[in-house]
Amino acid sequence: MVMVTKVPSRPAAPRRLLRLLLATGVAATALSAVPQAAQASPAAPAAPVAQATADAKSGGATLTVAVSQSIDSLSPFLAQKLTSTSIHRLAYEYLTNYDAKDARTIPGLATAWSPSADKLTWTYTIREDSKWSDGKPATAEDAAWTFNKMMTDPNAATANGSFTANFKKVTATDPRTLVIELKKPQATMTALDVPIVPKHVWEKVGDFSKFNNDQQFPIVGNGPFVITDFKVDQYIKLKPNKTFWRGAPQFDELVFKYYKDGDAAVAALQKGEVSFVPNLTPAQAAALKSQKNIKVNDAPGRRFFAIATNPGARSQDGKTFGNGHKALLDPAVRKALFLAVDRTTIVDKVFQGHAVEGEGYIPPRFGSYFWKPENAQKRAYDPAGAEKVLDAAGYRKNGEGKRVGKDGKALDFRILCHATDPNDKAIGKYLQEWWGKLGIGLKVECLDSVSDPWVKGDYDLAFDGWSVNPDPDYVLSIHTCGTLPATPKDSGATDNFICDKEFDTLYAQQAVEYDAAKRADLVKRMQSRLYDTGYMNIMAYPNALEAYRTDQIKSITTMPEAAGNLWGQDGYWSWWSAVPTASAASSGDSDDSSPTGLILGVGAAAIILVGVGVWAARRRRTSADDRE
Amino acid sequence: MTTASTPADVARAEQARATDGASRTGSSLGYLRHAAGKLGGALVSLLAVLVTSFFLFRIIPGDPVKAMTHGVPTTAEQLATLRRQFGLDLPLWQQFTDYCAKALSGDLGTSFQFRAPVGELIAEKLPATLLLTGVAVVIYSALGLWLGTRSAWRHGGLGDKLNTGIALTLWSVPSFWLGLLLIIVFSVGMGPIPGLFPTGGMESGTGETGFAYVLDVAHHLVLPVVTLVAVGYAQTLLVMRSSLLDEMGGDYLTTARAKGLRDDVVRRRHAVPNALLPTVTMIFINLGHVAAGSILVETVFSWPGLGGLFYQALSVPDLPLVQGLFVVFAGAMILMNLIADLLYPLLDPRVGR
Repeated sequence: MVMVTKVPSRPAAPRRLLRLLLATGVAATALSAVPQAAQASPAAPAAPVAQATADAKSGGATLTVAVSQSIDSLSPFLAQKLTSTSIHRLAYEYLTNYDAKDARTIPGLATAWSPSADKLTWTYTIREDSKWSDGKPATAEDAAWTFNKMMTDPNAATANGSFTANFKKVTATDPRTLVIELKKPQATMTALDVPIVPKHVWEKVGDFSKFNNDQQFPIVGNGPFVITDFKVDQYIKLKPNKTFWRGAPQFDELVFKYYKDGDAAVAALQKGEVSFVPNLTPAQAAALKSQKNIKVNDAPGRRFFAIATNPGARSQDGKTFGNGHKALLDPAVRKALFLAVDRTTIVDKVFQGHAVEGEGYIPPRFGSYFWKPENAQKRAYDPAGAEKVLDAAGYRKNGEGKRVGKDGKALDFRILCHATDPNDKAIGKYLQEWWGKLGIGLKVECLDSVSDPWVKGDYDLAFDGWSVNPDPDYVLSIHTCGTLPATPKDSGATDNFICDKEFDTLYAQQAVEYDAAKRADLVKRMQSRLYDTGYMNIMAYPNALEAYRTDQIKSITTMPEAAGNLWGQDGYWSWWSAVPTASAASSGDSDDSSPTGLILGVGAAAIILVGVGVWAARRRRTSADDRE
Repeated sequence: MTTASTPADVARAEQARATDGASRTGSSLGYLRHAAGKLGGALVSLLAVLVTSFFLFRIIPGDPVKAMTHGVPTTAEQLATLRRQFGLDLPLWQQFTDYCAKALSGDLGTSFQFRAPVGELIAEKLPATLLLTGVAVVIYSALGLWLGTRSAWRHGGLGDKLNTGIALTLWSVPSFWLGLLLIIVFSVGMGPIPGLFPTGGMESGTGETGFAYVLDVAHHLVLPVVTLVAVGYAQTLLVMRSSLLDEMGGDYLTTARAKGLRDDVVRRRHAVPNALLPTVTMIFINLGHVAAGSILVETVFSWPGLGGLFYQALSVPDLPLVQGLFVVFAGAMILMNLIADLLYPLLDPRVGR
């Protein structure tokens, strides 16, 4: 028996044929790709390519904004995220707007407004020169329909229902007159940030809780821009509304392009694929500052950064809950803690100079409501004073140098920190050092989601922060007794369970005060009271750090105009006012049109070369093996 | 063999053929039994996943309604309406039975934050993820297999050391960091290197159609795939390398060589098929991961896939969406394991007997 059976060598022909075919294909593709690349070389400036893209984009300048937050809904009745509401600001007019200079209320869809003597009826005059993008005029009837829909259909009240909660009746007495009757007086009637939608389009919508307004483009609106296209987490495109009453925007297209990673967005700005990037880190801003054609905008923001203390969580039914440290209920302890906090160090070291030291509740950009403590009232940095306050209040140091209360319990606190926020952690370290010197212990508890212990009142201190609107009503309301949860099981709109009679009285007064100056005065007194109670301690107003390309954007309006931000304004000023540079306007913009031609050719060629290399190497190897 | 065959021989041969036939029927019956067992197991796992996903995400801290309305002026009525719309006002057991009834009819519910059916949201993003991770897994599996085989065959040599060294180095590199480096070097351009590739996204969005669109997507696909391949191929390489090394001491290889077979043939026809089993298992595990995508790489390259969606769903938590994604991810894993289980007996007849 012969054991050796010769293994037949593989049928060579088909395999070789395959390789040959492959090689031919590769060669063909490479050939077709290379001339394209050659055409676009400096000698013959990418003419055909540029033309092609210019045609595709119907020419003109594109303003590309890098965004990261997903759109929750394009329906103004559902949208709650900042990206969505910012885009609605561009697509729909609101009754009123805020001046770019100083955030004062100015005309929007309404040209004038006035309250009745009994303060319960507001009459708005609707402008005659606002048209929907489908050509129909925008009237008081549209506004009345929008408000009535929100008042009668809970599904349409999801996003902006708080604005109509106090409305009794809304009518359009004629196409130019809108009348709103209130249940009780309301001072925020010139700050109704509700997109007004066209009745003739929206009355056909069935279930408002499921309608996302993202199926038919362009979306009919009357703002400075019209939404023309949307691809989830890829882009939102808008075109200028040529008939916009304030004048059409100058860029021919506005694109919000998704960059989920901040560093990638910065890379895109450096390359010129985007014109504007918001929310930079100090390191990114520093790196961009020295770059050509890029301007970094380091402007006062609209947020405050604070440390909240737990005043003893309680609900409206009078029950207390949570495990907040009792010593924090002593004003002396709160005073001592914040006398020992050096805000200058926090601004310089943690925010790296990109913030303003905080005092009052409302940031300085809202000039008419801004308040700061007088010298006598001010809790300036004074560690020695802090020691004295604690000594006087009877918190003596024990043998180990730790402060103990009269009940013998050590002053050991916890602070709730957002694990996702590096600033929280850095400031936590400083607090440990400063308070440690006082003999007070601090545990920094960083969590991905702080809301659970927060809502249950299971914390002593917490890092807190809010974005403030031109009308301060909402950020003030979250410290009133009325927003406490109904029972310990519920959650209310309250920020950190503050319930103070004096603050509440002032809040009630400002809520019905129609005289702007008098109301501003009340708001300042509320801030003074909040400062004195020491439950909300404003540390800083972080700056908005953003950057844009000066070779794409020639000029753009910040808010406030003197030194303000561009992204997330209380109006449409930045994108509406942006003027393209001459080069951006003439040929589309050079950088983002490049992919199709040169780059594609070179990229394809590179891949093919690698493929050929691998194939060749493999072939050589195989033949080497064969020889063995 | 003898030249003349006796009737006895013929009878023996007949008998042998008969036994052979019987065993063949037996083995295909065995295969069916094996397949049915695995299929049943997969179905049970899927049911378990459906049930687990409901309870698993209820323990995430955080109130979805509170998280969604944070920072937005909201009245108590609005909060109540949202709770009612989301079904969060119902007792847990009722939420569970509702969920089960819907899930069994293929309805995964409606996302809290996006107000759209979960199935639709997933279907919208699944192709992007499948494209990115699918292409990457195919490339790095092939690359890993090929390099792993070479490495093992010439183990100890310079090529092997270099190969394994590079693969291990890349394996330990964080993918988001490598991705950013690639963006900075090959998208923005550095020194003499021009910016060849886009900085992110899946398409330019300038209205390409047909073949131009395919090229555009391919162009956007290059860097993320390179990142995933670079970070991922070491796994296949090392598994292939070690399992081939295990086989290389086998007597049957000595026999094959003694038969005078070329080294190449010994490797290709004898050693590799036997060493393939562990690698195949791993490739299918990786294919199972395809649906889950890669959150980090999708984020760095702003790839509009499921990874990013999962992250957003978790941060609310958007319960129907996380549940749906969990079911899809786990389902893909179960499916791939099932396919691997069904393939084993075909690759190695010893399995499934």
